[in-house]
Amino acid sequence: MKLIYLDNNATTPVDAAVFEAMKPYFVEKYGNASSMYPLAAESHHAMDKARKQVADLLGAAYADEIIFTGCATESDNTAIFSAVRSFPNKKHIITSAILHPLRYLESQGYKIDYIGVDKQGRFDMAQYKETLRDDTALVTVMWANNETGTIFPIAEIARLAKAHGALFHTDAVQVIGKLPLDVKNTQIDMLSLSGHKFNAPKGVGALYVRRGTRFTEFMMGGHQEKARRGGTENIPYIVGLGKAAELAKARAEGPALAKMAALRDRLQEGLLAKIPDSKLNGDPNHRVPNTVNISFGYIEGEAILMHLNEYGICASSGSACTSGSLEPSHVMRAMGVDFQFAHGSVRFSLSEDTTQEEVDKVLEVLPGIIENLRKISPFARLAK
Amino acid sequence: MWDYTDKVMEHFRHPRNVGAIENADATGQVGSLVCGDALKLTLKINKETEVIEDAKFETFGCASAIASSSVLTEMIKGKTLAQAAKITNQDIADELGSLPAEKMHCSVMGMEALEAAVQSYRQGGKPVVFEQEAEKIVCHCFNVSEEAIIKAIRTNHLTTVEEVTFYTKAGGACGKCKGDIQKILDKVNSCSTPAATDTKDKKFAELTIVEKIKRIEKVLEEDIRPQLNMDGGSVELVDVNGWIVKVRLVGMCNGCLAADATLKGFIERTLKEKIDSDIVVEKA
Repeated sequence: MKLIYLDNNATTPVDAAVFEAMKPYFVEKYGNASSMYPLAAESHHAMDKARKQVADLLGAAYADEIIFTGCATESDNTAIFSAVRSFPNKKHIITSAILHPLRYLESQGYKIDYIGVDKQGRFDMAQYKETLRDDTALVTVMWANNETGTIFPIAEIARLAKAHGALFHTDAVQVIGKLPLDVKNTQIDMLSLSGHKFNAPKGVGALYVRRGTRFTEFMMGGHQEKARRGGTENIPYIVGLGKAAELAKARAEGPALAKMAALRDRLQEGLLAKIPDSKLNGDPNHRVPNTVNISFGYIEGEAILMHLNEYGICASSGSACTSGSLEPSHVMRAMGVDFQFAHGSVRFSLSEDTTQEEVDKVLEVLPGIIENLRKISPFARLAK
Repeated sequence: MWDYTDKVMEHFRHPRNVGAIENADATGQVGSLVCGDALKLTLKINKETEVIEDAKFETFGCASAIASSSVLTEMIKGKTLAQAAKITNQDIADELGSLPAEKMHCSVMGMEALEAAVQSYRQGGKPVVFEQEAEKIVCHCFNVSEEAIIKAIRTNHLTTVEEVTFYTKAGGACGKCKGDIQKILDKVNSCSTPAATDTKDKKFAELTIVEKIKRIEKVLEEDIRPQLNMDGGSVELVDVNGWIVKVRLVGMCNGCLAADATLKGFIERTLKEKIDSDIVVEKA
């Protein structure tokens, strides 16, 4: 059975060109970038090139604004702890998502304010403006929501943070390769990204730190990354990240986005038309081009995914039952999704390689799956 | 990806006994649209023999919830109500091979629907919704009572808050009640007797009858009844005469094989420790 992979917001395959670029740095060009011989210089140069590629992808003014990390989670932790350590007298943080390091800081006496979203998953700008304080150390907001794909007005959110003297950080994992970026012309101080969301391997990420931003390292160790991130650099993965950044930049500025959006819209319109009691989650007008999230009333998301597996279709759900923690989707709850729809959400996230045949296969099989599950649901009589 | 057994997947793909029996003799329901899973169980029962002749279900939930409901209907068909009532959530999970720890609450839901159905039959067939005692709700996100948590801890020998969440869903959403769950765990899993209090200062014999009763009631309420309640029983104070305290065991404790041991080994010992070592407890 051919796999139909529509879960690219969860992870992506490593691009063949990325893998090729990485290969020499395992067995042949294995030098430690800090050492003093030509083998080491090769590693150092490869890393410099990758740093430039990532800086170009983001539209950063300087390559040295890029720090390589192990993943976006490390980048997020670094940004958050750097902000609070650099401004020890400021005890307030504003965020759009409940991140674990913030829960920790809350237990240490920090005041954390969570900014919600409206019914369409849009950032609550009015609430945000009221929440900003003079002792706000950091505002950290996702660039786009991972579940619905809704894009937040990051440039404006950053501008307001700076006007209050707060640092601004964004987790941009869901927009890389899906939006053209130009951070130098924004007031973003720090930005996290993760390689595996755009065809680099898992286990490599980066943190953008604007020149002049106060910074305290998270991973204490050696002098690597100008003492901003200790630990011997993972050269092959950093090379892979650089190559993937080059490809993602081309994709974000080329025709691929429009093609993805057209297929995504075909999937969306088809499902909403064919399946009664279904509704779109998120803001249709401000959305990354590859993501659609639809709720199917009176049934539960995990059961839908299990049936899709039978056809080799990979998607995901914000349903509580698919997460190890049983935690219902905060996003769905925050958006005030009606409870009969809250548990039956399915997210499809396309890639550049998604075909019309694949989309049409989903349109062919999903209505039957929904109908069958509603047949055994005690609430189906409530449906139209 | 959950590690579902072949049998779970088989029951999920081809659920048995889907639907609702018309004019059912018993209807048990549990869960809601808000909670994210719900089960409605309807039974046809032979009035003479109390044998369950037919069982059907409707489930709103994940693959393991559907599989648990389906296998439950198979398990209870042909059994008497008394036999069926003995089925625990562990039996349902065992019948399916196993369930991922995080999904054990699906089997608990099956057991609760069955409990409600048995009650429904005893009440003449009117549908019964499995309900948690409102005043003792611990987890407000998923509406889970202290009683349900205690039952899950005892039946499945749970020791951590995370396990309680996997089995009951309590604590799985906002997490505010995790501290309360830990306290319940500590209470259920500890066999230690709480430290002696200042009630020991004065000799029992010197007390007035009202003071005697007050002190005994305090110990009964704080140290003894909570323990007995966990087994579904309790104790009533009947009389106090000199050193002799007469009590009556009620609920599950009444007629329990361990009643004498409870009376002497637990109630008397606790009263001796807490109030006066001369106290003798007798059955009223």
